[in-house]
Amino acid sequence: MLPERLREEIRAVEKRYSTKRSAVMEALRIVQREKGYIEKEDMEEIACMLGMRPVSVNEVTAFYTMYNIQPVGRYHIQVCRNISCSLLGAEHLISYMERLLNIKVGETTQDGKFTLSTVECLGSCGTAPMMQINDTYYENLTEERIEEILKGLE
Amino acid sequence: MEKVLLKNLGKPNSHKIDTYIQGGGYRAIQEALRHTPDTIIQMVKDSGLRGRGGAGFSTGLKWSFIPKDPTVPKFLCCNADEGEPGTFKDRGIIDNDPHLLLEGMMIASYAIGANTAYIYIRGEFAFGARRLEEAIKEAYERGYLGRNIFGSDFSLDIHVHRGWGAYICGEETALLESIEGYRGQPRIKPPFPAISGLYGKPTVINNVETLSCLPAIVLKGPKWFASIGPEKSPGPKIYCVSGHVKRPGLYELPMGTSARELIYEHCGGIRDDRRLKAVIPGGVSAPMLSADEVDTPLDFDSLAAKKSMLGSGAVIVMDETTCMVKVAYIILRFFSHESCGKCTPCREGTIWLTKILKRIEYGEGRTGDVELLESLCSNIFGRTFCPLGDGAVMALRGVLKHFRDEFVYHVENKRCMV
Repeated sequence: MLPERLREEIRAVEKRYSTKRSAVMEALRIVQREKGYIEKEDMEEIACMLGMRPVSVNEVTAFYTMYNIQPVGRYHIQVCRNISCSLLGAEHLISYMERLLNIKVGETTQDGKFTLSTVECLGSCGTAPMMQINDTYYENLTEERIEEILKGLE
Repeated sequence: MEKVLLKNLGKPNSHKIDTYIQGGGYRAIQEALRHTPDTIIQMVKDSGLRGRGGAGFSTGLKWSFIPKDPTVPKFLCCNADEGEPGTFKDRGIIDNDPHLLLEGMMIASYAIGANTAYIYIRGEFAFGARRLEEAIKEAYERGYLGRNIFGSDFSLDIHVHRGWGAYICGEETALLESIEGYRGQPRIKPPFPAISGLYGKPTVINNVETLSCLPAIVLKGPKWFASIGPEKSPGPKIYCVSGHVKRPGLYELPMGTSARELIYEHCGGIRDDRRLKAVIPGGVSAPMLSADEVDTPLDFDSLAAKKSMLGSGAVIVMDETTCMVKVAYIILRFFSHESCGKCTPCREGTIWLTKILKRIEYGEGRTGDVELLESLCSNIFGRTFCPLGDGAVMALRGVLKHFRDEFVYHVENKRCMV
């Protein structure tokens, strides 16, 4: 069962729209913000709140790539691999991070601290190459800067 | 040219309502409210403003399709799902000058008779979404949003709706599906959103940059706007420059500035003074220009004449060290990742193209692969629900048009010629 304050937050979101169903994306985001990922029970509860079938909530969770359906590390590193970042060496930086963290793209470090993912364009092309860690953008990356950034994370 | 869209960038606290008001902000909406909605629509038509999201459709004309019946609820959706690779202009406005967008949305909502508006912002822009929410809160506190704004009988609510990692939601009908709580898959058109949009009601979807042009059009007049740049696609334009230039970034310039001027004057030229190889003029869906087409004015019609497009104004610059097979592979990998899966030519076709490009890139290309790519392109183009499949094909055809020999060399020699 989701805590009452989250249920209240979701009910407030419903008011922005003509249908309750429109609140589904934000409801899932709220759950992910609190727990880091979304479980089957969460989807069932959201479905119940919004008058949806659980499978319809699952469809949404599966379609949008930013929903985590499995736990991720405390720091989710998402490195852009699209054209502008690639022109300025994104591949090298991705391999560098794999070596530095001793994991492959898609994996989480054993201590659960870092998950490394590659993503498509994050709209920060003028300051490429770049990555996002949790909500924060890090731009104009070099190997030195990446090492410094990762060291700075508790 | 005096800046209109990026004029507040770099000002301290540019995102705060007081800074915006001190710079003359929120005068345009008050001026607009003194006119009838039809007058505002005519003004925007006269200005020649064309949509900055990519399609370049006349904004005023789009608004005029909205039925006038006051008993039917109408919606405005601001498309801030900025995802076309190479594009970062809307983020520039949202992060630094959110009230400019809000004022533009107020003017558009008033013109079309919408009392509810949504900003669909991509989920990765967490900072921007918070900025918008704070700006909306500030506007409510001043009574600029909500009931009877500025003492008029016009009421407006604006809400932020976060996307969550789907490029396709930048397509306007997929965006509507997403707000309604479904997978972001495009709808068949017609009916167009102006007749049956959000919740089946008349809806206008406008891009962030388009909406941000409106306050200046209302205050300075349509003639002023129409006098900037080419007659048929006038106004200021934010070009997003990335890739191999010395000074990448956002440049607000008159529409129709040439790629040469942009790259060599404003961006300081190519890094390490290398030679230019190619330019993508409007995000990856736009077919690339070769170095000898660099004098092309970057506006809707001049680029269409070159069989390319202005798209989102994302100018991606590539120097002589760039492998075009790799560029094509990265672009098609993107499209196959982002295909929504609704229609077969796009869902399967982009995957096949990516697979073939990958093997060519990794030295495993087979004789006939280049012809196979071309044949697949013909089987995707024009056969998909929405422009995503077409965009993938246009991008690949653009690379092949100028650099087919590099692909053949890769296949024959199992390595790159660059």
